[in-house]
Amino acid sequence: MRQVTAGAILLALMAFSTPARADGMTVPIAYLHQQVERPPVLSDLDPVPADDGIAGATLGREDDATTGRFLGQDYRLTVREVPVGGDLLAAAREALAGSRLLVVDAPAADLLKVADLPEARDALLFNVGAPDDGLRGADCRANLLHTIPSLGMRADALAQFLLVRGWTGVALLSGPHPDDQAWAEALRGSVAKFGLSLVDDRPWEFAGDLGRTAQSEIPLLTQGFADHDVLLVADETGDFGRYVLFNTWQPRPVGGSEGIVPVAWSPVLENWGASQLQSRFADLAGRPMRPRDYAAWAALRSIGEAVTRTGSADPATLRAYMLGPEFELDGFKGRPLSFRDWDGQLRQPIAVVQPRAMIAMAPFEQFLHQVNDLDTLGRDRPESGCAAFAGP
Amino acid sequence: MPRPVLPSSGAALLALLLAAPASAEEIWITNELDDTISVIDAQTLEVTRTIPTGERPRGITFAPDGSVAYICASDSDAVQVMDPESGEILHDLPSGEDPEQFALSPDGRHLWIANEDDAVTTVVDVQSRRVVAQIDVGIEPEGMTVSPDGRIAITTSETTNMAHWIDTSTYEPVANTLVDTRPRDAEFAKGGAELWVSSEIGGTVTVFDAATRQETRKITFAIPGVNDDQIQPVGFAFTPDGATAFVALGPANHVAVVDAATYEVEDYILVGRRVWHMAFSADGSRLFTTNGVSGDVTVIDVANREPLSSIKVGRFPWGAALRP
Repeated sequence: MRQVTAGAILLALMAFSTPARADGMTVPIAYLHQQVERPPVLSDLDPVPADDGIAGATLGREDDATTGRFLGQDYRLTVREVPVGGDLLAAAREALAGSRLLVVDAPAADLLKVADLPEARDALLFNVGAPDDGLRGADCRANLLHTIPSLGMRADALAQFLLVRGWTGVALLSGPHPDDQAWAEALRGSVAKFGLSLVDDRPWEFAGDLGRTAQSEIPLLTQGFADHDVLLVADETGDFGRYVLFNTWQPRPVGGSEGIVPVAWSPVLENWGASQLQSRFADLAGRPMRPRDYAAWAALRSIGEAVTRTGSADPATLRAYMLGPEFELDGFKGRPLSFRDWDGQLRQPIAVVQPRAMIAMAPFEQFLHQVNDLDTLGRDRPESGCAAFAGP
Repeated sequence: MPRPVLPSSGAALLALLLAAPASAEEIWITNELDDTISVIDAQTLEVTRTIPTGERPRGITFAPDGSVAYICASDSDAVQVMDPESGEILHDLPSGEDPEQFALSPDGRHLWIANEDDAVTTVVDVQSRRVVAQIDVGIEPEGMTVSPDGRIAITTSETTNMAHWIDTSTYEPVANTLVDTRPRDAEFAKGGAELWVSSEIGGTVTVFDAATRQETRKITFAIPGVNDDQIQPVGFAFTPDGATAFVALGPANHVAVVDAATYEVEDYILVGRRVWHMAFSADGSRLFTTNGVSGDVTVIDVANREPLSSIKVGRFPWGAALRP
């Protein structure tokens, strides 16, 4: 044996013992980020990091590459940034020319334009930035999978939590931005789905500097609300919600966008091995891991898992495997993650958190399901409006 | 620290504590979130001592002659060497970062340590107290075992989903075999002829022929009324005769009983919450399981396959070892 080169021995042994083989295979993955204009907010306490999402993809590639090292698989990640007003479709075409696997962080309308490009027809796209339920419904695309949870999944997680706690009377205060409105609509839908009562529903209209006047304005505002158990704020832009906590007229918990928040990921998660992922991410990025990072990480890891198990980098092969019953991803949330074969959504637990700790992990055991109780979150097969995934 | 006293046999216990407790058979339990070890008397099923350790103790094993205990103090980045009589830390061994689990070579000379945060396996000479090798493995190395003949060491990596087969004479990996998602524990069976690997998220135990390193069998589990993805095999152990495996199923709160010859699952035993690792009494008649979430140890009557008793220990009991 000594006469043979060490590399040859290793390859021979690996070929012998590993069923999924892919020696010398390169897996190019492109990441496309459409930058967006963010509305001004009252507080500058929590700026969005410039590499939100991208850092998650970078870690996912490193995780994939470690496995790939043992299997002769080389994962390459190319990131393309498109500035506000830039030519997203041109960047998408360039990306698709070099890779048939494309991770996209873009608003829903832009994402659909990319997915509908002729160049994208036989590619596999991963949505890591658009939570819109429509993308999992009437606007779904066969070449588009979603690792970021839908608004409906997150709202259902919060509604389950409220029902389990017995906080059934819900008041809603929603901001004017389209993201606030979409989240408010998802919350209304989940309140109805789980039989909670929406006792009050008001828009946020105050225009002053709440940082100085919250203690006088918020009690006055909430004094007029119908009697409720919990106040939900829809403030996805992070504008006024932070000032509502502990300033309500009656002592009531606050949830939705502030306080009790349903998220795909949070720095407070530490169970199920999550602390290992958190520390790997912090070492890499120098900051805590955010939900978009998690979605991008999950996209890269899903690709790695499917490539490892199938020994292929062909988008159609990977898509079939990901949507099949064999696929499972360890997402550090205590149970295997998999893709819904009716709309391409990654099914996953949703953490209900407060800033200092996880409160609970949804779905809750009180909500039963005939197949997989993760499907109590978001649109289940019978209620899906997605037609693109129909058929075998 | 006040010592617990048995009302019925306080004097006898005191005598045991003062004299050599080696006469009493002991099961040592690491309490991950308390930084302590709970010492259980295997006969009386009482906690007789609580011993402070480094931060976040997880893996625990004894030298073959019982002269010292080795403890992975994960957050202290050290393997601590403890005098089991006095409970004193004699010295630390260099361990690499975040040691989680380890295995002692059959000759007791080398500790093979999985460094969870570092994607390496560290080999330490326990006599010279030096690191003799570090081997690159997959992400989040977890399970560690050494073959009975001492020639092959196995590391499992949780995120890479592999068992890494390492030649102990060259410290080189000779094979990397894929297993199901989040492999946890690895143990050789049948005198080293087979390797068993549990996969927590995959929900399976994979059996390999150790000579060819080919997968020969996959063991699956099903408990009526328990959701499939709650069945998460983690730690497991073979009865001293090697005929039966007991497999901890994590949040399913059960231990599975597997016939090692037929690979059939014969029974499921209800234990505490999030059952994690386990150790047998010397005669194999009793099995002690660590139940992380409920903070206790379940004692199983092995012959009857029934839980006998629960013993309250510290917060998040993790590792278990019989003191020789």
